[in-house]
Amino acid sequence: MADALLANNIVKAFKKSRKEIKALKGISLRIKEGEIYGLLGPNGSGKSTFIRIASTLLIPDRGSISIFGYDSVSNSASVQRMINRVSVEASFFRKLSAVENLCFSAGLYGIPRREALKKINGLAERFGLDLKRLKDPLEDFSRGMQQKVAIVRAFMTEPKMLLLDEPTTGLDPRAKRDVQSLINDVKNTMNTTMLLTTHDMDEAEKLCDYVAIIHLGRIVASGRPSELKKQLLGKVDNPSFEDVFLEFTGMSIEEAEYQEVESA
Amino acid sequence: MSSQALARELRASWAFIERNFNFTKRYWKWELVFFAYTMANSVTMGFIGKGIEAFSGTKLDTSYLILYMLLGSILWGYLSILFEIVAETVAWERWEETIEYTFMAPVRRATHLLSTCGYAILYGILRSGLILVVVSVFFDLDLGRANFLSAAGILAVSSFSFVGLGIVAAVLPLISPEKGVQVVHIFQALLLMFSGVYYEIDVLPVWMQQVGKLSPATYALRGMRASILEGRTMPEMWNDVWPLILLGALLLPLGLMFFKRMEAWAKKRGVLKRSG
Ligand SMILES: Nc1ncnc2c1ncn2[C@@H]1O[C@H](COP(=O)(O)OP(=O)(O)OP(=O)(O)O)[C@@H](O)[C@H]1O
Ligand SMILES: [Mg+2]
Repeated sequence: MADALLANNIVKAFKKSRKEIKALKGISLRIKEGEIYGLLGPNGSGKSTFIRIASTLLIPDRGSISIFGYDSVSNSASVQRMINRVSVEASFFRKLSAVENLCFSAGLYGIPRREALKKINGLAERFGLDLKRLKDPLEDFSRGMQQKVAIVRAFMTEPKMLLLDEPTTGLDPRAKRDVQSLINDVKNTMNTTMLLTTHDMDEAEKLCDYVAIIHLGRIVASGRPSELKKQLLGKVDNPSFEDVFLEFTGMSIEEAEYQEVESA
Repeated sequence: MSSQALARELRASWAFIERNFNFTKRYWKWELVFFAYTMANSVTMGFIGKGIEAFSGTKLDTSYLILYMLLGSILWGYLSILFEIVAETVAWERWEETIEYTFMAPVRRATHLLSTCGYAILYGILRSGLILVVVSVFFDLDLGRANFLSAAGILAVSSFSFVGLGIVAAVLPLISPEKGVQVVHIFQALLLMFSGVYYEIDVLPVWMQQVGKLSPATYALRGMRASILEGRTMPEMWNDVWPLILLGALLLPLGLMFFKRMEAWAKKRGVLKRSG
């Protein structure tokens, strides 16, 4: 199988008022075409930063990422045509309606209006988004509903590679399951490659073919979910995937979140 | 560019125009308030024109004076709209946090910015024309001699330069999200001061006149006055038209280049995102 994404020793630091935050300290990874690749890690470990670099929104200090052979910095236009992204923040024009927002995005990707509307309706139906509400301004939508619209926005363009940054955070259990099943369907029917970050360890185990655990800007473990669990045998009885996370990041999820709050 | 790629860019261009139109529609009440504000400014300028007769004690062509002042204030309003829409492209999208989605879309930055500017130009010309008509009725001005077509032509030609400057100004909210848009207004006021907004540039100190000669607004103002006050046609105003063409051919590509530079800078510094 061809490489969908190849990252080579990515380093990224942010300089903010004389302080320097080292977000990524040399990340190398390889995602095969058609694979769902999970990037797991505590808050502030650098997951979103990595996804932003892959999305051409950040330029790394060192190292390079290529997507289907195109460099994300020197050939960003080609990369942009192949990708789309869902982020934690839904990010819409709040005064405009869902349809207006989505048609705008579709236009940016060169999708004709009629085709866009068909896709929007199809996907909205799938998530139980009320078609009548799609004409309302997005500021009137609940967070979860906005997140669903954000998912429609990304899937609508049928990218070869989807960058999913916590796509299910903030969704109710049913919506979460709908999104997870959509992710699986898209993978099976369109052979879409996906990079997924999530704080839901069950979700990661269920969806991902391969995961990497990132901690303080470095990948500390990687492998198939089942392999990673096997590495814990002998240390923990009947290890869950959450145990894997805790083992490799050296702290529990709650502790990690606590630390983030403290440093914030 | 292949025809497929061209179709994609055209759809993207339309998407930007439609989005801006939707904004105008959604904020129509605010647009109305803003229109009233511009009207108030223009009417004030008209009264200043009228008042000059009383000050000087001599009989003057009041209608001419009022129109003269009015045209300055119309260009002021036009530039406000243009710069505001262009600068807001970045400022607003940063505020709404949509900027990352717009910047990662497969659209040429030129298509993005020029489409937004195109909308701003159309909206600005319509609005300026409306103000001119309303204020003329208010002061009972004689527009019989005015050549509206060549006035609109001057605005259109000068818009290439204004768009170039506007795109440079649009970068400011990238550097300073809080104060960027205000700085754009300050820049506009300075530009117009050097360009003879309510006066001929001959009244300025010589060094200011030199600066004014480099400003597209100088020629735009002169051309507008010649069209509206004297009914000149575009070929008759060639002396003001060619500098506008030249400045536009320079400023527009320079603006785009500068924007792309600053976009790369922003992507290195990680400032596209508002929080974090
Ligand atoms: N644009 C930015 N400017 C300054 N610092 C940043 C920026 N983006 C990220 N950082 C910092 O880089 C580090 C990594 O952040 P990042 O958002 O990649 O983490 P994350 O793994 O996605 O966390 P979370 O699970 O909370 O989403 C953090 O310390 C963060 O504060
Ligand atoms: Mg994140």
